[in-house]
Amino acid sequence: MPKYRSRSGKFVVSGVSSDAHTWNLVFLQLMLEERGHEVVNLGACPTDAEVLGACLRERPDVLVVSTVNGHGHMDGARLVRALRAHPGLAELRAVIGGKLGVDGGTGRHVDALVEAGYDAVFASEDGLEEFADFLRELRPRRRAPAEPVA
Amino acid sequence: MSGPGTAGTGRFAAHVRGARESGALVVQPRMGFAGAGRMREGLRAVRDVAAPTAGTVTVDSYTRVGEYARALEALRSGTELNGFPLVAHGVDGTRGVLDGLASADFPVQVRHGAARAERLVATACAAGADATEGGPVSYCLPYGRVPLRESVRAWSRCCELVAARAEPMHLETFGGAMLGQLCPPSMLVALSVLEALFFREHGVRSLSLSYAQQTHPGQDLEALGALRRLAGERLGGMDGADGAVDWHVVLYTFMGVFPRSAAGAFRLLEESARLAVRGGADRLVVKTPAEAHRIPTVEENVGALEFASAVAADERARARTRPVPVPGRYGVYEEAVLLVDRVLERAPTVGAALERSFAAGLLDVPYCLHPDNANRARAVVDPWGVLRWADPGRVPLPRRAGSGPEPEARGPVGSRRLLDMLGFNARRFDAEDVLGRRLADGAAA
Ligand code: B12
Repeated sequence: MPKYRSRSGKFVVSGVSSDAHTWNLVFLQLMLEERGHEVVNLGACPTDAEVLGACLRERPDVLVVSTVNGHGHMDGARLVRALRAHPGLAELRAVIGGKLGVDGGTGRHVDALVEAGYDAVFASEDGLEEFADFLRELRPRRRAPAEPVA
Repeated sequence: MSGPGTAGTGRFAAHVRGARESGALVVQPRMGFAGAGRMREGLRAVRDVAAPTAGTVTVDSYTRVGEYARALEALRSGTELNGFPLVAHGVDGTRGVLDGLASADFPVQVRHGAARAERLVATACAAGADATEGGPVSYCLPYGRVPLRESVRAWSRCCELVAARAEPMHLETFGGAMLGQLCPPSMLVALSVLEALFFREHGVRSLSLSYAQQTHPGQDLEALGALRRLAGERLGGMDGADGAVDWHVVLYTFMGVFPRSAAGAFRLLEESARLAVRGGADRLVVKTPAEAHRIPTVEENVGALEFASAVAADERARARTRPVPVPGRYGVYEEAVLLVDRVLERAPTVGAALERSFAAGLLDVPYCLHPDNANRARAVVDPWGVLRWADPGRVPLPRRAGSGPEPEARGPVGSRRLLDMLGFNARRFDAEDVLGRRLADGAAA
């Protein structure tokens, strides 16, 4: 049982177009479900259009992008620009985390990704703790006050 | 020079055979950089290691998923990639990287991870690569969302490209690594053998079967024995005599979550080098202390190769005779042989049999999100590190299988337990780092 329950929400969890890693996605799904959230997991290597399509269809509270292959700073930025350019998705809360570059330096790409349009970027070793804080503070933004999903 | 029964299998196979005959293990990195200059420097450094090595060109993610334009754009703008954009460099660019470096003593392999791989493999073939890697399942399920059916078709054509090249080319199956972790050894062995049979069905004459180190040395040793036995039974003798294919076994140093400390990483690498020698593998693909953190440098790769080669020589000196597999307590062979037979009886060709078996959940890779994987089967690492089926789903297991469900394997897997299991080796080997430091601190105090 989680220590306490934040209001449950709906999450789309996704990789990016060139990233095949999935253990990160499996882990994030379990973690969010344990906190009472509903998760739609898009899996590895979705095209930008597939991610946008899923967000339009599912209307999540948050899009959680996870990527570790080192191309995340490029793929993630391109994806969120496309998201922000779409009238129906410009306001969707979107976050990204993982290993964002190939050089192990954690902070290097954070500013650029925020600039590109993410609400939060979790790239440090403490990324998961920061993410937990983020979830705690989370309140549905654009969706009508959430009815608990059946 | 080709010996009896070895005609036409090419210089990759000949190099591995030569090392085997002189009692050495071929060591090989995972290495790829975006720029041609850096890639060439890397190959040169690996060639100059004082041990039998094979060279590696690891391909970047854009090229793997067919986003060639993005790879080219990154190359032009000087952005570092997670590998060598082989298609963007093209035949001439790639040939330029290999020229004067690849040789009979230093054959070079292109390692990628692409399901729709025709263009990549055709480029590698034309550029003169000595070997490549792949498989209809192993380059599909762990690498994205391309339908398995499409991958089977693409890999039939890739095999034909490899088989048709005038200068013989070697092909390795990645079947022994599926997702790097939490896939029971019997499934890895079965998939390796099935992909090898698929390669042969499509005309490939020189191939290798892989197995990736998991979480228990005893179980891994048994798995290597099972793989060699099953390969021998289904492919014939290793030397490719009497029209049989030429084959050998390659071991991968652990492909899952790696220890974060250098000490831990080297200990895990050491264990894999000893395992390779004891288990009768002829080639080892290493990992470096950078694994948990970032793409390794050339120097880190060279260090890992020298270290692994020295450990292998040490292990060889300890065990003079070539080991014979011992009948096992983990049931790897029994499970794998049943799987292979059940799959093959599903269809007249290996490719169709693989497709139908995944559709039926007979083959099922635990935790794999690929749309064509049933994802019903579950495996766990037990407290002793043995990788067991917790729930085989529809995967057939022999009665009284050695790695079948055990009481301690049951219970739900939540996010915490998942991370614990994925981190089993990291914890085990990083603990040695912590312990070593404590001892050192104690001595200094
Ligand atoms: C398993 C693995 C694979 C498997 C993946 C199978 C699969 N389908 O998942 C295989 C073997 C197929 C594979 C392939 C490749 N891999 Co790989 N892989 C790994 C490995 C060993 C473990 C990753 C893992 O499973 N971790 C377990 C999960 C649970 O942890 P995680 O992914 O780190 O995620 C954690 C955090 O990052 C964080 N997090 C992640 N996302 C998010 C998102 C948010 C919002 C938050 C808050 C937190 C968060 O939380 C998670 C839990 O702590 C790592 C190295 C390592 N860590 O030891 C390399 C690694 C990730 N791979 C790497 C690379 C480059 C590749 C390849 C491109 C091949 C290559 N060139 O080496 C290909 C991928 C091809 C492609 N198209 O993308 C590099 C990435 C380099 C970098 N970023 O600098 C690594 C680091 C290895 C290395 N040092 O070179 N890989």
